[in-house]
Amino acid sequence: MLFKYIGVFDFLLGARWYPISEPPRLGILPLILGSLWVTVGATVISVPLGIACAIYIGEIAPNWLKEILKAGVELLAAIPSIVLGFIGLVTLVPLVKKLFGLPTGLTAFSGSLVLAFMAMPTIVSIMEDALNTVPKSYREGSIAMGATKWQTIRRIVLPSAASGIIAAIMLGIGRVVGETMAVMMITGNAAIIPKSFFQPVRTMTATIAAEMGETVQGSEHYFALFAIGIVLFAITFAINLMADLSLHGKKGH
Amino acid sequence: MIKSWLNPKLQEKIVFASLFLSTLIIVIPVILVVAVIVARGSSVLSFEFLTSMPRMGMKAGGIFPAIVGTFYLVVGTLIFALPVGIFCAIYLSEYSKRNLLTRVIELAIVNLAGVPSVVYGLFGLGLFVVFLKMGASILAGSLTLAVMVLPVIITASREALQSVPKSFREVSYSLGATRWQTIRHAVLPHALPGILTGTILSLSRAAGETAPILFTVAAFYLPRLPQSIFDQAMALPYHLYVLSTQVPNVRLELQYGTALVLVGLIVMTNLVAVVIRSYFRSRKQW
Repeated sequence: MLFKYIGVFDFLLGARWYPISEPPRLGILPLILGSLWVTVGATVISVPLGIACAIYIGEIAPNWLKEILKAGVELLAAIPSIVLGFIGLVTLVPLVKKLFGLPTGLTAFSGSLVLAFMAMPTIVSIMEDALNTVPKSYREGSIAMGATKWQTIRRIVLPSAASGIIAAIMLGIGRVVGETMAVMMITGNAAIIPKSFFQPVRTMTATIAAEMGETVQGSEHYFALFAIGIVLFAITFAINLMADLSLHGKKGH
Repeated sequence: MIKSWLNPKLQEKIVFASLFLSTLIIVIPVILVVAVIVARGSSVLSFEFLTSMPRMGMKAGGIFPAIVGTFYLVVGTLIFALPVGIFCAIYLSEYSKRNLLTRVIELAIVNLAGVPSVVYGLFGLGLFVVFLKMGASILAGSLTLAVMVLPVIITASREALQSVPKSFREVSYSLGATRWQTIRHAVLPHALPGILTGTILSLSRAAGETAPILFTVAAFYLPRLPQSIFDQAMALPYHLYVLSTQVPNVRLELQYGTALVLVGLIVMTNLVAVVIRSYFRSRKQW
């Protein structure tokens, strides 16, 4: 529908998103890049922390502590994104503003931080499952050879669980890409191509959520928002497919 | 050969300490967030806050219509999603053959579970609100949420069905029961706790979602109760969004209060699921 008005490439690679100018400019490159920046930021923060947390919970923590920590992670998973967005807005955003001396705290950086916390429960719980599927005999074999516990985890357990870990990371990234409300509240929503982490950005999801209520049904803008939805769908589909294939490839053994 | 410039024991200590620190970095903020919400939200929390209408453009008064709206949405979602989800899981687990079609269906379900909620919102807007002409209504919103939680319900139900031992089915067949009788009397009852747990967890997720109801139900400010399923309604997550970003100068306490009610509701629902799971797990005899 939309592509009657605008070519696919102009849509995907156009650098200007001015949907209500006359004629409307509907290039979603700034939005794609906005999503990309926030996703990369959140991934950089959440993947190492998530993996470390999963290893600690799955392999090291004594049983009583393990249950408490797991409950904490599950609690994090249960908090709705709107609540995390709200907390981020009233606590983190002013903090970021003050800490870095910025004109506004609504930046890609703040968004990445909050999103990282949303990705972590996914990463931790799926990776912990992956660690649990590694047979106990592998660990015993390694310990019997005189390896320390850490050497066992590093050389035996982690490589055996590799495909599950990749799936965990992928699903975590998928969660981040699709996150809407928190991002909309925290990243500042400026549809410009971002130059640094400390600038406002606008993601694809936030654009749909923020503008769908204001657009006229059947207008070019309306169809453009649906087209963004398709792009998002395609991206998350690819990510999930990779995660699924990574898990399934392992079952062949 | 494991080479290291450090004594392996010492190395292990350092690594374990940093892993523990990373875990704390994740868990402590969670506790802080919950503590802040409880501490600041509980000051406005009262019977009146829960049961009165918002007043003065939401700057005062309670959140009753939002609670009722969320309740209707969750019930609607349950009604639409549960039967379809269970039947689909029964088909996949008990009837379908291992072939390409099943694999494609499985892949589709896995992928649908990962589709962003805002895309479900678009889907609901396109299909229910506009194409089927339901308008923004509780009906359209429940259907949208139902579509969103279906993959989760199907996956959980299927796992529950598959965890029922094969011998149960074999015994039932050997007594002359048909396939459906077997499923109905020998398999389903034992899978029910798992199905219930999965369903409750997915409903609590639906209750907290904002993006799918943004264009399909949500009413900005509607200080009365919805009259029918074709009415718009307020909902807790959307109400929090409105309070914190759309209306200027709302007392922060009101926002914390709304967040507290929402989080409390969801945590309680999850606890119910956990209790059901552990209760039936302890009674499990195989």
